[in-house]
Amino acid sequence: MKTTKKELSPVQQLLEKKYNGGFLNRSERIIPIVLFFMAAVSVLTTLGIVLTLIFETIIFFGEVSIVEFFTAAEWYPFSETEAVYGIWPLVLGTLKITLIASAFAVPIGLAVALYLSEYASRRTRKVMKPILEVLAGVPTIVYGFFALTFVTPVLRDLFPSIELFNAISPGIVVGIMIIPTIVSLSEDALSSVPEPVRHGALAMGATKWETASKVIFPAALSGILASIVLGVSRAIGETMIVSIAAGSTPSAALELTSSLQTMTSYIVQVTTGDAGFGTTIYYSIYAVGFTLFIFTLSMNVLAQFISKRFREEY
Amino acid sequence: MALTAVKTMKNNQTTQTEEVLVYNTKNLNLWYGDHHALKNINLDIKEKDVTAIIGPSGCGKSTYIKTLNRMIDLVPGVKTNGSIEYRGRDIFSKEFLVEELRTRVGMVFQKPNPFPKSIYENIAFGLKIHGIKNKQIINETVEKSLRGAALWDEVKDRIHEPAYGLSGGQQQRLCIARCLALEPDVILMDEPTSALDPVSTLKIEELIQELKEQYSIIIVTHNMQQAARISNKTAFFLNGEVVEFDSTETIFNNPADSRTDDYISGRFG
Repeated sequence: MKTTKKELSPVQQLLEKKYNGGFLNRSERIIPIVLFFMAAVSVLTTLGIVLTLIFETIIFFGEVSIVEFFTAAEWYPFSETEAVYGIWPLVLGTLKITLIASAFAVPIGLAVALYLSEYASRRTRKVMKPILEVLAGVPTIVYGFFALTFVTPVLRDLFPSIELFNAISPGIVVGIMIIPTIVSLSEDALSSVPEPVRHGALAMGATKWETASKVIFPAALSGILASIVLGVSRAIGETMIVSIAAGSTPSAALELTSSLQTMTSYIVQVTTGDAGFGTTIYYSIYAVGFTLFIFTLSMNVLAQFISKRFREEY
Repeated sequence: MALTAVKTMKNNQTTQTEEVLVYNTKNLNLWYGDHHALKNINLDIKEKDVTAIIGPSGCGKSTYIKTLNRMIDLVPGVKTNGSIEYRGRDIFSKEFLVEELRTRVGMVFQKPNPFPKSIYENIAFGLKIHGIKNKQIINETVEKSLRGAALWDEVKDRIHEPAYGLSGGQQQRLCIARCLALEPDVILMDEPTSALDPVSTLKIEELIQELKEQYSIIIVTHNMQQAARISNKTAFFLNGEVVEFDSTETIFNNPADSRTDDYISGRFG
């Protein structure tokens, strides 16, 4: 059957033009190539960073023994006579900050998430969530001087034995920084438990708290654990707050009231100072960076494992 | 209003307890904001009856059954007046804890809503929140409840597996088993088969026939044949009012109100 041009409606004419132009086919072929290229760039960048870390770390271990790196109890690279490179004090510094931050942020974050998802009215939620998101958007340098100029003086008024640079103040402030991460992801996990499940528990005579703690919380556990792991891994990698408020004294002592140095703040110290290119100190930041990378990578793997292992399907 | 003769003759127990009311609703009104959803409801629901509530969508039948265990409280902006007494106790009074009411009155929902836990834990949950920790009692109750819901034979080898692995019909029977674990007095069913296939629906209906020996059942249903098959009392709701409440036989064979007749014979709804 043949149709003459006159019989075509405006819509038909446009469709005719579209399919006869051949443009559609070409763009459909090009789009996946462009997208693949973008994906390749990001994968290659990551790969490049990891490879740089590995190669420079290998050079470092040509100069400093790997046994010393893992066993020496001191990190004292700036000694002119006898530098010691034992990673333990820096790892301990990072762990102190991370533990204080988690001890502070996990209970508060989960409480806020439970409140927002199970108790708060729609209006309260509408006001509180954006405020928390603002908290997530504060630059960490601001958190850093908040720790040094506000939290530390308050702590020192309460406990005079605390030094100007210590683990507690930056630990708490790193905790404040990661609260929004924990709240936001946990709240998403809790609210995605379907409403009928809540009704099922309430209709059996469960109180609101029993429903929240014994049904909704376990159901959302995978998301909640993943949010905690993500928060913790942000605390491990946090740099600015600890550089400003924790001091720069690598310390293997197990106390929290005096100056310490984390892996990240050591890297800042070296890169902002004048350690020459090619010196042992210069290569040491790659070894420290690589150690840090192992930590955060294992947290990511842990997060993935958790969300698979505890996955609840509804 | 006499019970259907056949049903009372069958069971002497029913004859003896026939005057005992589980629910006594007087002049109940309910509003969702400005919308007057239930208008002056008066209903007496007797012990060990299967009471069906029928009516077209939006007639208030679901609202009414959710008021009976106060699940309606979860809807924001609901106002009620009038009274509902459960075994002589005002369910809206402060002295009657809503948790106690819901422990005594179980509910089965439109869509199966098992907890994201194992089959076993789904049933143990009710006992655990009410403070029963004895493992033996819990184990026995889990088996008894699953048998009571005609599910035991199908799941006895996998009671520690997730409840979401069950079919829709099995999940709904699990939800019934979950109610039975608390040995309720009344079971409310809000269109329990509307999300199920015909075979699963039939199984639930058979189950209701067994359960009515022990429990008072109030069931909201869209399906008039279902109401006719399983209930001995039927209430017809229309636009938030009770048009007619009588024995199922009367409602379906000889309704007093012409609107009931129109609905039953499929002229609307």
